[in-house]
This record gives sequence, C-alpha cells and structure tokens, in this order.
Amino acid sequence: MATSRTQQNKLIGKDFLVPDVEAKVTGRAKYVEDFRMDGMVFCKTLTSPIPHAKIRSIDTSDAMKMPGVLGILTADDVPQFPPPAPGILAKDETFYVGEPILAIAADTEENAVAAIEAVKVDFQQLPHVVDPLESLFPGGPNARQGGNVAAGQIKLQTVKWEGVDFAAAGESKLPLGRPAEEWTYGDVDAGFKKAKVIVEENFVSATYSHNCMETRSTFAYWQGGKCFLYGSNQSHTAAIANVSRYIGIKPNQLVFIAEFCGGGFGSKIPGYPNMAIAALMSKKINRPVMHRISRYEEYGIGSARPGFQGYIKMGFAPNGRITAADLYIVQESGPMPTAGDFRAAGACMSLVYQPEAMRFRTVPVLTNTVPVGAQRGPGENQFVSVVEPMIDKAARQLNIDRFDIRILNAPDSSSKFGPDQGPVTSAFMKEALAKLRTLVNWDELKKKSGQKNGTKVTGIGIGQGYHSAGTNGFDGLVRITPDGKLHVHTGVGNLGTHSWASTARVAPDLLNVSWDNVVIERGDTRRGLPFNSPQAGSLTASTESRTMYAAAMDMKDKLTDIAAKMLGGKPEDYELGDEKVVRKGGGKSITYQQAAQKAIELGGKYSGKELPDELNPITKNAVAMIAGSGLIAAAKDKLPRVGTTPGLTCNVAELEIDTETGVVEIKQCMSVVDVGTVLFPLGLGHQIASGQVQGIGMARLERHLYDPKLGIPAAVGFHEGKVPTYLDIPPNMTWQAVEKPDPQHPLGIKGVGEPAMGSGASCITSAIADALGGHLFNRTPVSTDMIVNYLSGRPPAHKPLQVNTV
Amino acid sequence: MIVKDIMAPFDLYQPVQLKDAFSLLESFGTDAWKMAGGYDSMDWFKDRIMRPKAVIDLTGIAEMKGIKETADGVEIGALTTLTEIENSPIIKSKYRLLADAVSHVASPQIRNNGTLGGNVSQNARCLYYRYGLPCYRAGGTTCFADTPEGVTREHALFGADRCVAVSSSDGAPALTALDAKFVIRSSSGERVVGSDDFFVGPSVDITRLTSTKPEEILTTIRLPNSWAGKNFYFEKVTDRNTWDFPLVNVAAAISVEGGAIKDSRIVVGGVSATPHRLTQVEGIIQGKTLDEHVATLAGQSSTRDARPLNYNGFKIPLMASLVTRAVRNATA
Repeated sequence: MATSRTQQNKLIGKDFLVPDVEAKVTGRAKYVEDFRMDGMVFCKTLTSPIPHAKIRSIDTSDAMKMPGVLGILTADDVPQFPPPAPGILAKDETFYVGEPILAIAADTEENAVAAIEAVKVDFQQLPHVVDPLESLFPGGPNARQGGNVAAGQIKLQTVKWEGVDFAAAGESKLPLGRPAEEWTYGDVDAGFKKAKVIVEENFVSATYSHNCMETRSTFAYWQGGKCFLYGSNQSHTAAIANVSRYIGIKPNQLVFIAEFCGGGFGSKIPGYPNMAIAALMSKKINRPVMHRISRYEEYGIGSARPGFQGYIKMGFAPNGRITAADLYIVQESGPMPTAGDFRAAGACMSLVYQPEAMRFRTVPVLTNTVPVGAQRGPGENQFVSVVEPMIDKAARQLNIDRFDIRILNAPDSSSKFGPDQGPVTSAFMKEALAKLRTLVNWDELKKKSGQKNGTKVTGIGIGQGYHSAGTNGFDGLVRITPDGKLHVHTGVGNLGTHSWASTARVAPDLLNVSWDNVVIERGDTRRGLPFNSPQAGSLTASTESRTMYAAAMDMKDKLTDIAAKMLGGKPEDYELGDEKVVRKGGGKSITYQQAAQKAIELGGKYSGKELPDELNPITKNAVAMIAGSGLIAAAKDKLPRVGTTPGLTCNVAELEIDTETGVVEIKQCMSVVDVGTVLFPLGLGHQIASGQVQGIGMARLERHLYDPKLGIPAAVGFHEGKVPTYLDIPPNMTWQAVEKPDPQHPLGIKGVGEPAMGSGASCITSAIADALGGHLFNRTPVSTDMIVNYLSGRPPAHKPLQVNTV
Repeated sequence: MIVKDIMAPFDLYQPVQLKDAFSLLESFGTDAWKMAGGYDSMDWFKDRIMRPKAVIDLTGIAEMKGIKETADGVEIGALTTLTEIENSPIIKSKYRLLADAVSHVASPQIRNNGTLGGNVSQNARCLYYRYGLPCYRAGGTTCFADTPEGVTREHALFGADRCVAVSSSDGAPALTALDAKFVIRSSSGERVVGSDDFFVGPSVDITRLTSTKPEEILTTIRLPNSWAGKNFYFEKVTDRNTWDFPLVNVAAAISVEGGAIKDSRIVVGGVSATPHRLTQVEGIIQGKTLDEHVATLAGQSSTRDARPLNYNGFKIPLMASLVTRAVRNATA
C-alpha cells in the first residue's frame, strides 16, 4: 500500500519551526499555574505521613475555624472507585507516605496550609512493606489489608511463597515461587538442552520517579453546568472520558484546557485522580479553585517507574542464536495496580531477542511506596538495560562479535511476538544494527574496548530498544473556511515532542495547502477537537498521521465533489492543485475559498451538519461546535493494520571509567532507528537525544530511596532524584534512520519516543560492563559507589535483590 | 501533618550595617535566623521545619563582601559569592585551591548567589535530619540513619558520635588546607579561630556544624601567606557532574622543596561532620621524596580508623584514591 513519500512531499519529512517554540522560550506559554481568575481561591491537600495506616477519625473542627478557610473536601465528597483502583482521596486506609487524604480551600495558599496543619487525624499504623520479596515471604506484610498482589487482569489477592523457595534461593537468587501469571511458547527445555552457552542471572532495576518539571497542578471552575478544567496532561481528547469519570460528570460536561504540558513521561496519559480535587472543590464552594502541587507532593502522586527483581536464563547456540529464554519478573507495584511493566518486559524479550522458545513468569507485588505507572518504555527499558550486558557476556563466551550476535537474533518483518506469537507490521532491526555498525566504524571503535589511558579505561556498549509505536482507529477532522485557511483540528496533547505539530502537517501536505495557510486548532476542547489517540506508547506520529491521512482523503473527495457540482462533470474529472481544485488536463478550477463557501450553502455532509455514524461521540461533539463554518471533513481511520507496529532503536556508547574513583565519563553516543518514514527529522533527532539523556538517568543516576523500617521516601526532589544534568551527557550524539517505510501505514510512519530511551540506557550499562572486563552489576542504576566497590574488591553494599537502597 | 514547599510566614529584616544585624540578633534571640545566599535557609523554610519569626538577610552588609590583599595574605568577606571567588585573579594566583574547590560547588546559578560564608556554614545534609525527624541533631534522642537498615550511602566514616551526618561543603576542606582563619564577630567583640575551632563535630555540639553562636556572625575569612602559591590539588567525586554534594572530596596544599615534601595539609570532605584533616598522613609523608610510592602510602594510611555504615563502605577506597591522587598530582 505504501511507498516512501518523503521525496515527493512538500511538508512530510521536512524540518520546520514548531509553532509553540517562541511562546515556550519567551515564557509566554501559559501553564496551569499561570492562570488567574477573579474570585479564585487556593486549595491544599493533607497527605499521609505514614506508609500504611487505618484512618480511625479526622477532626477538622479547629481547621475550619482558621482565617480564610472556605471549604473542605474529603473522600465522602468525591467519586469512589472499587479498591484496589486508585482513589482521589483516601477513605479508610492509606497506603503510602504522600497519599492525599483531604483538601482544604482558603482565600490564600498560606491560609489553606495553616488549616491543613490544624487538622487532627487519628491513624492506626499498619505493617508496611517496601520490598516485594519481603511481602512474598511467608508471614510477610501486605501493602493493603485486602492483599499484596494485583494488576490489570489479576484481581487483588494474597500471595505468599513457600519458605523452602526462599531457603533454596538464598539471598543472592530470586526465589522462583508461584507466579500470578505465566506463558510459554516453544519447547523451552529442548532449547536449553541444545544451547552451548547458558547465561543465568538475577537482577534489580530501580523504581524511580517520573520527575516531570511541571507538577500536576489543576485549575477549575464551573459555568453553565460545565466544568472548565485546566490541566497538565500529555494527551488531550483521549483523556476526556477518564477525567470526566474522576469528576463524576459526562464527557460533554467537561471543557478541558491543556495547551502546554511541562513533561509527563507516561504519568499524565489519561488524566489522573488528583485533577478532580480542584474541580469538585470548586463545585462545592462555588469559587474558581487553583490546586498547586508542590514538588514534594509531586513525588507522592506524580508516579514512578516500577522496579523489577528478576531472574533470567538464556541459552545460546554456538552461532549465538538464542535457543531458549526463561524470564521471571517480580514487580514493585506500589500500592495500586497501576502499571503493566512486567508484561511488557516479557513481550520485549520475545520480540527484541526472538528466542526460539520462551517461558515467562511474573508476580506484581503491591508495596507501600508511591503509586507507579507507565514511564517512557515501561517494562521494556528497564529490561533491556539489564539484559544487554548479558548478551555481551554470551558473545564473549562464544567469541562472537557483539554486533553479529544482536543482528542474528534481531527481529525482521516476518518475526513473531509475545505470548500469542502474533505478527509485526514491519521490523528492520537487522538493517538498523548493520547501519549503526557502519556509522560508528565498529571495526575500529571496538579496538578501544578495555584500552587504558592513565587511570582510565574505555568501555564500548551496544544497546537496543523497543516499544510498540503505532495503532489506528481514531478520528481526523479538518476544515477549510471561506478565507481559504485550512484548519487542522487535533486532539493531540502537547507533551513536548512536537508530534501535535508534525502530524498536523500531513493534511496540508496531502491537500497542497501552504503551511502559512494552516491554522492548528488545539489545546482547548471549545475549539472542536476530535477523538485522537493518547500521547503515549510512542503512538502519536504513526497513529495521528493516519487519522490526518483519513481526514485529508475525505476532504479531497469533498473538494472534487463540490468542483463537479460547481463546474460540471464528475468528481473524478478533478484533481487538487495549489489550494484549488482543477479539471484534469487543464481548464476550469475553483479555489478552496470558493469550495468552502459552497460547502456552507450545500450544508449536509459538506458543512458538518451530517456526520458518519462511526465517529466517536467526542468527535461528533467537536464537529457540532464548528458545523456550518466551512467545508468540513471528519473521518475515522479505517485503513487496515494487522499486527504490532514496533519502533526499534539501537545505540552505541563510548565511555571512560576512572579506575581510581569510579567516575564515568560518557564520550559519545550514536543511534540508528527503525521508525519507517521520517515525518519530522528535527523532532526525531530530539526524541533520540532526549531518549539518550533519560537513558543515562536510568542507567547511572535516577533512584528511589526508602528507609525500609520507616517507609519514608528520601528521593523527593530533583537533587535527591538525580536527574541527569547538562554536564552528564556526552557532547557528541549523532543518529541516522533506516528509512524503510512501514507497509501497513499509508505514509510508512512508525513512532520512536520510548525505544530511544531503552537503547540509550542499555548502551550505557553495556559499555560500563565492557570497560570492567565484562563485569555484570545486574542492577540499575549503576551508581559510582557500586563501581568503586567493585574496582577495589569490596563486596557490593546491596544484597543482590535488595531494592530502594541506592 | 507534612506540608512542604510552602514557607511559613516570617518578618524579613535587611540590615546594611553589621551593628544593626547584631542588635536584631540580640532582640530576637532564638527566634532569629541569619541568611546569606539563602540556598540552605530556603530549603528549611520551604520544608516548614525551621520556622523563625525573624529572618535577617545579611546580603546588604557591604563590609562583609569582597576580596582584598593584606600584609598577611588575603581577606575574603563572608558574603563574597562563590562565583566571585572562582573568578578572582588574586585567589586564582595565590590560592588556586580555593578557586578550584568553589568552582565545584553545586551549579553556576547557585554559585552566583551562594556565598563562601554560607558554603562553610551550611547545615548537615543527612536525609533523615532534613526530612524533619526528631533525631539527635534536631534535639531528639535517637539517630534514624545509624540503624541496621538505615540508608547511609552518604554518611560518615569518622567522628560519629550519636550522629553520623557529614560536612558536605566543598569550600571547607580547601579553607582548612589553606589554614584559613575565621573572623567571628558579635556586639561584644571579635574572635578569630582556625578550622579546628570553627568546624565542630557532634561530640562538641550535636546541633551545629560550626562554632558560630546564634548571636555571632562569621564576617571574614583570612587566608595566610604561608600557604600561598604552594602545590595544590582539589577533587570532588559526585553522582552527577553538577549540582551535587560530594560523595567524597579532597583538598591538599603541599609545600615541596627539592623534590621532597616539606610540609602539607591534606583535608577530606564528606566523610565526617567536620572537614577531616589527615594530620597522621601529613606526618608520614613529611620529608619524603614526592613519588608514586609516597602518594600510594598517603592514600593507604588515610583511611585508618574508618568506621563504615551499611552503604558507605565505598568511601574508604574512594577516599584512599583521592588522597593518593592529591599527593601525586598536586601542582603549583
């Protein structure tokens, strides 16, 4: 169906100045906390100081008498969701330090805080746990009174492993107790039997915060029975249903304004429970309410990537082919079943390394740490970060080149994937790795591996990344007004990746409209925004370029229809010229202005008065707002797509480790990506570079710290959370794309956001192991203290499966 | 209840003369808080752990600012910013050790406002103390870090006494190595102390890291000529390359004559509540020819008596390496 269009198109594949850049760099962009309104008041929440407790009673009598206090919101005032789903305000039981319990509104934020401090809560402390294995131990604490294991499709239950499981494993191995979920394909035992080399390791990946620069503040007020909500969110129209549910209203009662988002990384996909507090407080006290979330509060409710305690066994044939893999993941899930990383890790193993046979077992364990959720490459990225150095270990033992072993096992377009061994739409990872090998001049570069320069030793690492990167089935909406402007209506959120703008270029490209004549309608549901995919899962570039394609094709049909009506003949006698419809072979034409004016006169399907029934109600609602204002095309993407659309990336890193101090200096990172047709080169480059930066954070720095006895978090700020700084990233980062279009996408486009971080992280862990002669830490982050201990012959400070202690 | 990141109200005073600052300190007593660049103070205020009634912003006091040469060396006003010190031609030519050290403090933005006096007077960074727990240092009766499961990667190897917090200053080890004198004034006069008396460990006063009393102000830091232009070395190991406190840092001033070590002052930070001066190491290497053997000997002998906690054992080899590198690489 598709061929590469990058050469022939005018906008697709070309760089441009993203329209919101000036507002962002000059500070004119308005984020939630920038909004003000007459009569606006502030609210603050009281959060739990205890990791696990029963709330016996709450006494607000003194607080309500404090100056300026206007109202209080408790669990009784907000919609309830059946446990263990996350709630808005804790009702009877609190599960982590930082969990919101009630909110108080006052004329000033200072008065609201003073009132919060006057509230008396009678807590009955309950046993708490921050280490999943401790909870699985016979008699170990449960994070919830109702149980210690839950996830999507795994109901809340209590799982305790056998004492003999722990005794047999000792402290350095993961006990392989009863899983909550498992799957197998192929003959795993036979696969291991025919292996020449077996790599068998236990590992830990740290839980750590999403560290969004903009905290999840919310501003809300009510008018005419509608809730006007200003939120910081990655997605826009994809969040409407969920946000409405949290507030307890119908989707068409919500006016959702989300023009800018200062970072989400997966923590702000479909909205979040906290958004309801400002909305419901506003309704209760009949005042506009600003609910600013402080940095400390953000570390409580702002989500975190779940950590793993894992076991992996891989068998390798003499040529390096992976004959079998056995993976067990215990996930630190926080107190609510809000992350499916464990499943994604299993699927990642099956796709990226294509083991001939595989068994996957898992148990997601609830803990009294902060709630977790999807973070850029959820599951895949923490998994590849610990596995890539193990692939190197096998290559070393088999005396195979590290690129060769990866290319041999890499997926192609015929590869299968996951427990069901379903198809992929395309996979060009072998080509990506081959291109990377050329880009980095591998035969020369690999000679640097282990080379000493004074006290420093060089390490060269290879990393791979994967995430599904495209779906379908959403609605496109474009409109030409009588002034000749093409209005691209998009429900894509502005999560910072530029995809809202790059996907908006598809329709003008296909309709031959100059970029200067495009108006992007976005950021505020009053502008008429269609139902689009969430800005998550590396979906947007691929998915929303499809919906734009669908809308553009609908627009093209309507334009030629109108031309035929106005000038005679049949629609197929016409084609699109530069912002006009022209008779094929020359002759009469109409301008887009004329077509738009005519559409208003014609009404019906041309002006948005009649719509296909298949459109989502959110899209229908959006079209109703603009109907009659021009020529309107609204269409659902019904183009075929069978299988998973994978985004695949690979990176090489060169670094030096000072063997006296453990200090790691990353010298350069290079990347090649399989993202199909390149939609926006500059934006793609930003995604690759940012993935490398965030990957450095995962591989080296970012952490959760919990005192296990007290259950209190210590990494509650940008300093303690150790996000990478400008000086931690290499001066030299380059990239290339494979540029093979995905055949199941009309323009060949796939996404990239998440895998870029996975390969960015795993090339660093691979390079560190390489510099140290193949030593595996089997843990992320690989912090300086761990390297120092290893280099000086000291035992690690952490037990192999200990968590939250970096 | 825990509410953080919003300051409790206080009255702000901005004296422009020292005598007015002293009278404010006297009149408010323990309700007063002295603030310089504010980077330590604001954290305490925003966390609502410290709630002074009166904050006395010292940054308007001109006589506490600037660098000047004297007959005995150099005087640095306590309010001189770290950026000014980093860029000062006098400091760079005579006391490069200090310029090096302060150039590693936090980040450029923080160094632009952070002061030398504030850097050496900053409070302990122990995560439990900073969380607001009632530990010994906060006036309580226990230590939450030094427990069987305590998270102690950043804590002390030496000098623990109920409290295991460390000095996290980069300026303090450099000033100690340069044999700096600290001028402390109050309405009743002036006293001048060396590092030994300026920095205090928990066995002396568990609630403070310096000997500056509430009614006193550190006004000036004097660097004597005796160590000007000697061989210097500063290195700081951190998790990140900017905006991080030291896991361990080292500052060394070494006087070398004819290839032999005539005298030295070697100081390690991040390993005890005070800058940890290695007088025994200095004694061992005195008079010896400066070579790799002596450098290694210095490192090996530096960590004697270290008492690691759960997670900070790595500081022992790291400290030894840094001391070795200091002796090996100190240059004029």
